[in-house]
Amino acid sequence: MPYSAPVLDTAATTDGFLLVLSLVVPIAGVLLAFVAGGRRGERIAFATMPLGFAIAIAILFALRRTGGPLVYLLGGWAPPLGVALRADGLSAVMMMTTAAVICAVGVYAYADFRTPAGQTRAPSAFWMLLLAVWSALNTVFLGGDLFTLYVALELLTFAAVPLVCLDGRAETLQAALRYLLFALFGSALYLVGTALLYGAYGTLDMVLLSHRIRVEPATLVAAALMTVGLLAKTALFPLHLWLPPAHAGAPAAASAVLSALVVKGSFFIVVRLWFDVMPGLVIRGGAQLLAVLGAAAIVFGSVIALRQQRLKLLIAYSTLAQIGYLFLMFPLAFGGGAPPLQSGALTGGLVQTISHATAKAAMFMAAGSIYAALGHDRITRLNGVGRALPMSVLAFGLSGVALIGLPPSGVYLAKSLLLQAAAETEQWWWTVVIQAGAFFTSGYVVLVLVQALAPADEPVTLRVPVSRVGETTALALAICSLLLGLFPWGAYLSVPAGSPSPSDMLSLKAALSMLWPIVGGGVLAVLLGRWGDRLARIHFGTVLIAIVGPARHAALALGRTIEGIDSTLRQWPAAALAVLVLAILFGAALLT
Amino acid sequence: MSTATVFGLCAAAVVGLGLYGLIASPQPLRKVLAFNLLGGGAFLFFGVVARRGAAAGFGGDPIPQALVITGIVVAFSATALAIALLLRLFEVAGSATLSTDASGSADTDPTGA
Repeated sequence: MPYSAPVLDTAATTDGFLLVLSLVVPIAGVLLAFVAGGRRGERIAFATMPLGFAIAIAILFALRRTGGPLVYLLGGWAPPLGVALRADGLSAVMMMTTAAVICAVGVYAYADFRTPAGQTRAPSAFWMLLLAVWSALNTVFLGGDLFTLYVALELLTFAAVPLVCLDGRAETLQAALRYLLFALFGSALYLVGTALLYGAYGTLDMVLLSHRIRVEPATLVAAALMTVGLLAKTALFPLHLWLPPAHAGAPAAASAVLSALVVKGSFFIVVRLWFDVMPGLVIRGGAQLLAVLGAAAIVFGSVIALRQQRLKLLIAYSTLAQIGYLFLMFPLAFGGGAPPLQSGALTGGLVQTISHATAKAAMFMAAGSIYAALGHDRITRLNGVGRALPMSVLAFGLSGVALIGLPPSGVYLAKSLLLQAAAETEQWWWTVVIQAGAFFTSGYVVLVLVQALAPADEPVTLRVPVSRVGETTALALAICSLLLGLFPWGAYLSVPAGSPSPSDMLSLKAALSMLWPIVGGGVLAVLLGRWGDRLARIHFGTVLIAIVGPARHAALALGRTIEGIDSTLRQWPAAALAVLVLAILFGAALLT
Repeated sequence: MSTATVFGLCAAAVVGLGLYGLIASPQPLRKVLAFNLLGGGAFLFFGVVARRGAAAGFGGDPIPQALVITGIVVAFSATALAIALLLRLFEVAGSATLSTDASGSADTDPTGA
């Protein structure tokens, strides 16, 4: 494969100090909040957020102006002796997303986690952890060295795990412990992989490694171990045992951060590893395997999401399915003759990542508002909530259609890029999966919206008044996700010719392309969803039941089977064995 | 067989034991210990790598040692966090187990319709 490795940086660029600032500012916030304690935590967080946001924007502009990556060499030592921080287009857009989502979550959480007068520890801990997650993610995006990435990944886990159990209930503590132990398992495998790579090549700097790396047993074992370790942390099916209880049990603001950003950290390192460190290796088999797991995640995650009784669990399983979607880009990027790093598929995958981050954060925030107001989030009892909390339901609906791919949403652009890459590399089977993914997504969105918009049996009484600011923030993030297709991606990522232009995306034809997924999703929702007695009560409901009765019967049986398989796979021994089996499979697949 | 090879094989054995413990033992505390074993194997492996990378006049390559020290700090914090969670879980729930599935699969409607 013709591949021109990036040049080695020997000096820091002039804007390199921005990279250091982006790490130091949130960490300084954490330390200050720790020292100041109590009520000052949130003030420090609110002072830090605009600063961090401004730094992310400054990095975006600096990158656009200079055209090349921003580099900072710690202590002035060049790799292999020193450690470099690098920001390329991928890092810059991910950092911007992180900044936007963290700031939105901060504003949303102000109502929930405002430190009360008789102070408890959870609120001030929340603000420290939020800033810690931010700093850790920035390190993940900027680290130029595989060991720095290991430390960043661990920092991210240590900040994310306590977010799960902020309320201190037994089941969330258990979810947090499961998450921590499984994540540690994954990172230990990653560490063994880095040891192997250092032993073989004498460096862990990504640019140097990409020059030196060759196909040999040590490299393959290292690549397999590191990939699988990272997949365990990303919760790609079948390594997802920790995700549903952790993401569904956490407070809404924490769930938004965990689902939107934290799983993307380890995903980003998979991207770095495959695209930056070892694009020269022949890894077609491995790329196909990654996407097969992704496709399985879409099917399992979506079907189980449709069968959930609680809205937050539905969204958590939707995250599982959407994580699967992210991995579809690998065979498309590695299948063509072009260098993978410059492929449209990589751009598609990243745009999908960013769109999911914004949309999923909005979804969790909206669900959090609904939960707080109703005191429950049972899907079959959501009727009437559309009238009581129109803004939250609108935010949920808009982020839902953004995820399905209504133009000009980022998902629409991502899907077009992935489909284009699938056509160019002649892998029609991935075209099918990409299209079917949208059907599944629309299935659970339609299910929730139909239930939420159904008229109430009795007037809905709100348990607590809902924070208007929080609802507006969720709505703003949802709209942001819906407009992401219009962002000038070409300045940061490579957008191939023939991808949809903004005017294409705003055309009627593009909007009509939404029709099929929504109809298909409706069918899936009717067949697989839990409806209680609601199905019989909608217009033509009895006719509908008569028509689809036998099919629904079969679909429900299938749904129960899939749930059964899922609950087996979520047992610890099964999931831990799956890690080993996958490591062996990846080793074998990388050989082919 | 050189010393480095012997230590390399030991590292592999320790990693294997850690993996076995992580997969097979149901108690969370044992899982934490198994993770430490697994990490110990990885650190030993870094030591072997350092020894093999020795240049003229040096006993070993210093960089892996720096990595090991960082790794130990990380593993120590991870262990501390896990133990803190474990103690807290024991305090709140009266037992510390991961086996019960708290993800809300309690099904009020067995047909799932």
